Amino acid sequence: MADPEIKSWEPHHASKSAAVTESRPARAVLMAIAFVFLAVFLLLPLIIVFKEAFAKGIGTYLESLGDADTRSAIHLTLLVAAISVPLNIVFGISAAWAIAKFEFKGKAFLTTLIDLPFSVSPVISGLVYVLLFGAQGLLGEWLKAHGIQILFAVPGIVLATVFVTFPFVARELIPLMQEQGNGDEEAALSLGASGWQTFWYVTLPNVKWGLLYGVLLCNARAMGEFGAVSVVSGHIRGLTNTMPLHVEILYNEYNAVGAFAVASLLAGLALVTLVLKTLLEMRYGAELAATRGH
Amino acid sequence: MEVRVANVRKEFERFPALHDVSLDIKSGELIALLGPSGSGKTTLLRLIAGLERPTRGNIFFGDEDASRKSIQERNVGFVFQHYALFRHMTVADNIGFGLKVRHGPARPPAQEIRRRASELLDLVQLSGLEKRYPAQLSGGQRQRVALARAMAIEPKVLLLDEPFGALDAQVRRELRRWLREIHDATGHTTVFVTHDQEEALELADRVVVMSQGRIEQVGTADDIYDTPNSPFVYGFIGESSSLPVKVENGEIWLADRPIGLQAPHAPSGHAKLYFRPHDVELLDGCSGCIAGTVAASRRVAGTRRVELEIGGGRQRVEVELPVDHPAAQKSRVAFRPGRWKLFAAA
Repeated sequence: MADPEIKSWEPHHASKSAAVTESRPARAVLMAIAFVFLAVFLLLPLIIVFKEAFAKGIGTYLESLGDADTRSAIHLTLLVAAISVPLNIVFGISAAWAIAKFEFKGKAFLTTLIDLPFSVSPVISGLVYVLLFGAQGLLGEWLKAHGIQILFAVPGIVLATVFVTFPFVARELIPLMQEQGNGDEEAALSLGASGWQTFWYVTLPNVKWGLLYGVLLCNARAMGEFGAVSVVSGHIRGLTNTMPLHVEILYNEYNAVGAFAVASLLAGLALVTLVLKTLLEMRYGAELAATRGH
Repeated sequence: MEVRVANVRKEFERFPALHDVSLDIKSGELIALLGPSGSGKTTLLRLIAGLERPTRGNIFFGDEDASRKSIQERNVGFVFQHYALFRHMTVADNIGFGLKVRHGPARPPAQEIRRRASELLDLVQLSGLEKRYPAQLSGGQRQRVALARAMAIEPKVLLLDEPFGALDAQVRRELRRWLREIHDATGHTTVFVTHDQEEALELADRVVVMSQGRIEQVGTADDIYDTPNSPFVYGFIGESSSLPVKVENGEIWLADRPIGLQAPHAPSGHAKLYFRPHDVELLDGCSGCIAGTVAASRRVAGTRRVELEIGGGRQRVEVELPVDHPAAQKSRVAFRPGRWKLFAAA
């Protein structure tokens, strides 16, 4: 189950001889650097987020979360995640199935394409939508004539989010499905199962933990995305502001408590995601090992 | 169910894996497809199952043309090399899977499926393991569950891909005997793939020897072993020795001497003589025989195997001698093959 990288790494680690073991001081320095770095760049900001959020007491904290614009931002973020995550589950499973289970022309191209959102700046992916759907854009005229609003509205935000998050599920599933091969599916078909039955009873249970892992990462990114969404949203308060955008606006208005209160929700989401991810890795490490590609 | 493979050709990306293969399998027969890796034996099995579609030719189940049917419609029991058990299902659920996925009236009630699963577990001698998961079973047990799962759908044909390939020698022998018993008890037409000739010869009613995408020979263990019809079969099944010879007017010559063998129907010219190392007649004097110098000698179980240099070391052949035979120590041994065959020189 484990991928070759992990396999070759473990014995090496276990058989580490005295000759390559660093001296005590060297080890202490290396560990100190790692911990100090993490403390300064990760832990400290996290603490500050919560400290600032509660700077004026829990009452003010709850009050700023109760603000109408803030609530609408939370609402929009949940809505966008609720649309884009299922879309990417369907897309991710289809793409992984196509790539892992059969041969076709352009397979290598598709694989590369799936990684595109990772390699391109989110701002650029946002801009692409502006060029495509904006008033001066390629489809702008047509959309206007039919009264369809994409840019500076929810559809645009959803599109940008889907674009940015579509590699997560696919990237988790492709190596897993490739590793598992077609054997189980062939067995199910030979026993008389239809394509759908094979998918529901055999393929999906085989990849469920990898899928959950991918969904978790996809969801975290969908809720936290800033760049791409910022370009297409238009920053209309109470209408097209997601939580990350709202944090920025509040902060620019010197509403520190409000900004950090919303930020604390996002940080909380990140922590929950991290805990779930760690639990999944602990429990199903072997099954997920093949997928730790990024 | 009779199975007839008629002029089947299979190509993968233009590369032929099977050339024009035809084979008749009788109802209730136990057939082994035997060959080295790359001989096309697994491809032939998968074509019969419907896991692959032939590039040309047809496969008939009885009078029906099965090659137009999907794998689901063919109703074959397929046992995969690595078992392909569903790891998230219990043993009972694995066995019952083929019944559970049926539709409408063909689908038995849950109670009945459970009963069938238990029955089959009894048959494969694994009663009481219903609730285990595949990961909790040994290799031999998984193999039995895979067979039980394939038989649960009452298949017309049972197909097994290297059924004992992943097991150790002891378990292999045990399961081999057991598979024969199951076959005799249930009477399924059964085809299995193997690269182990001992397994094929011991287990099967008839053996299909394959090489490079072609069927070389079909026959019982005796046919295949005693009268191989090609140099490949001679070399692949059992032990064989060969010598380049010349035929002149029905007389076989080795270099400049006749060796006392007649081949009245063979055309004159160069040929290759094949024989079995253990099937030789040892001679004292030599007028009309093959003679050689012992180059190496080793003890093999109850006999002694000597390697002879013939004609000043240009050729080497192996011959089997009784352990206490004086010739084993003599530096010069003369013999004449008992059963032999001539093939055109390659």
